[in-house]
Amino acid sequence: MTDQSLAPDAFKRIEQTAQIHGISRPSLSYWQDAWIRLKANRRALYSLYLVVGLLLFTFLGPLIWQIDPSVQDVDQISQPPFASRTVQLVPEYQPWYPSDELSGTGLNFVAPPTTQYVRLTWDKNPAATGGYRVYRNLFPIGVERAYGLPLKETGVAENFFEDRLDLKPRNYFYSIVALDDDGNELHDQVETIEGEVIRVMAPREAISRGMLDADEAPVFGTQYTLPLHPLGTDYLGRDMLARLMHGARVSLFIGFFAPFIFVLVGVAYGSVAGFLGGMTDQALMRFADFVVALPFLLFMILFKVVFAIGPGESGIMPMLLAMVLLLWPATARLVRGQILQIREEGYISASRLLGAKTNYLVLRHMIPNTMGVILVTITFAVPSAIFTEAFLSFIGMGVAPPTPSWGSMCNEGIKTMLTTPHELIFPALLISVTVLAFNLLGDGLRDALDARMRNRE
Amino acid sequence: MLKYAFKRIVQGLITVWFIATATFFAMHAVPGDPLSGDKALSDKTRANLEAKYGLDKPLMTQYGIYLANIAKGDFGISFTQENRKVNDIIREHFPVSATLGILAILFAGAGGILWGALTALYRNRLPDTIIMFLVILGISVPSFVVAAIGQLSLVNINDLAGVSLLPIGGWGTVWHMIVPSMVLGLGTMAYLTRLMRSSMLEIISSDFVRTAKAKGVPPTQIFTRHQLRNAILPVITVLGPSIAGITTGGFVVEIIFAIPGLGRYFVQAVQQLDYTVIMGTTVFFGAFLVFMVILVDIIYGYVDPRVRLE
Repeated sequence: MTDQSLAPDAFKRIEQTAQIHGISRPSLSYWQDAWIRLKANRRALYSLYLVVGLLLFTFLGPLIWQIDPSVQDVDQISQPPFASRTVQLVPEYQPWYPSDELSGTGLNFVAPPTTQYVRLTWDKNPAATGGYRVYRNLFPIGVERAYGLPLKETGVAENFFEDRLDLKPRNYFYSIVALDDDGNELHDQVETIEGEVIRVMAPREAISRGMLDADEAPVFGTQYTLPLHPLGTDYLGRDMLARLMHGARVSLFIGFFAPFIFVLVGVAYGSVAGFLGGMTDQALMRFADFVVALPFLLFMILFKVVFAIGPGESGIMPMLLAMVLLLWPATARLVRGQILQIREEGYISASRLLGAKTNYLVLRHMIPNTMGVILVTITFAVPSAIFTEAFLSFIGMGVAPPTPSWGSMCNEGIKTMLTTPHELIFPALLISVTVLAFNLLGDGLRDALDARMRNRE
Repeated sequence: MLKYAFKRIVQGLITVWFIATATFFAMHAVPGDPLSGDKALSDKTRANLEAKYGLDKPLMTQYGIYLANIAKGDFGISFTQENRKVNDIIREHFPVSATLGILAILFAGAGGILWGALTALYRNRLPDTIIMFLVILGISVPSFVVAAIGQLSLVNINDLAGVSLLPIGGWGTVWHMIVPSMVLGLGTMAYLTRLMRSSMLEIISSDFVRTAKAKGVPPTQIFTRHQLRNAILPVITVLGPSIAGITTGGFVVEIIFAIPGLGRYFVQAVQQLDYTVIMGTTVFFGAFLVFMVILVDIIYGYVDPRVRLE
């Protein structure tokens, strides 16, 4: 080795000769980049708007539409949206004593049918040796259709009938079936009439509803308007819109909160397993494997029994707890995998080589790099949590009445699916739209945040 | 292969033990006990009943007896239905659920593979757009709504036809099975379609497909031999777990279509707090699902040798 002495002027700063190219684009952080990608995805962006709209509906809605969801409007039970809200003032009910003069005009209504009474008369039928049976139905009588609800059997001499049984403002089909001596129905001797029942009210009721002052002289025939229910009412006369808004709180609370908690638990568990490694990791992950193997909905139902709810409780907390207990392992596995992978990445070694402390590594590299995956997991967990809540409430294992939730509203609505479909359609639609929005948003987020999953459908 | 199967079965047995244990202690953590029902019992009656059901013994002894009985395949006697064995309930109602589930899986699997392959072949063209829209819809609509719509449309179809084409509920003939199994399989079919599409898209652009094209293999043969066979693999893996989804979705379909399956029975038992039936059906269902997943995994190992080597 030759001795080489370096002159001090060898360390002189070289003059900058060429112009360094400036940075052509502003530097973007991971999240700025993700946001730009998300904005470019039209489907995901609209889903995001939809989610924001749902949140407004849930939290701002009840401030605007201040109707108590548990108050019953007994005048408007099971009313579809845009149903007539008028009510006519009529005199108090007077008992009916019909005479024989009524006959001779065929099956007809003696007076216009109202919710106060429906009065029918028909011609005497010589074949009806055993009298008549009166039926009421909500649908036209088809070839195989039954006549509906049997109301009364009248004697041979009685060719009139008054119906006062729970009349609603809607169309009814009355059938008069002639009976033979033994009381058998003569199916070829049937008469049917359709009547549109209009809503009426006697003064006493009108006063109790506050439409009429007690000292005011009633003007019969006056039309009054009943309170508005934009989405109709349910089978107990409760406002659908208010119930949907309050139900959204339950559904979205579980939908957001359950994933949030179990993802948090999963992240903690998974990162502990990932960081510690070795035997601890093995043991922790084996346990997670067992929890994954539990049949989810069976255990959800089982846990609902274990965390029995007392009277007056809504049953939301047991459901939340059961979901957290059962669903954390998926996130734990995912996070553990991520941590293990990131630990071996080149940029971690590079950062460590440059003297980065563990804290810095975790905060600057590990967490931001798992955040994307975690966020996507949460987004996809929201619809499945909403589904689970709806499913449990639907089979009667979810929230306890009278607390409304979308699932329990579907459960109630499905019973009257044929006569008043709006009671099922609205909550079902909201569940579907919410789940759809979160699925599309999740797709968009996955594309925007997770480079490895990109370009996959 | 045998070693792999053996390993999986041992794992499955441990899982079933875990399920049984979790169920046992969960049920014993329920406030109150099975005998404190709506009727007040005299001390003597209570003591007799406790002796009959073995509730007078210490918890760990009960646990031992319970595990021994499960190992023998005996799930005990129902609490609410006098002298009815849980085994009899399972024997009577499980075949119904299983038939419904198998039909639904077949429907979902066949549909998912077919639609998924179609959408991938017609990527970004009209058939793809339409099918994928329906798929997103299928994933987003809850099973009970699908079931309700299915039944409602059946009512309307029967009404239009003027005769009863298909029964709207109940169980017995093949005709009873068609609509419920389709309704039950719909969600899974949507999910499988998505999966099949992405796996198919990956295969379409792979090297061996290009090679096959280059050497002049006819397109239909490329489709059946190279693309379909390879694209099906990921679909098979999720079939196992989706059996679980189908079984539990079956609860709703069984309730709506009035099908006397085990799911409906389980829900009923939970509502009546029939402890032995709840425990028995949970362990049975759990064991069934665990072994279905294992079966699918073993089949998968047979189909795709790479899995076994891991």
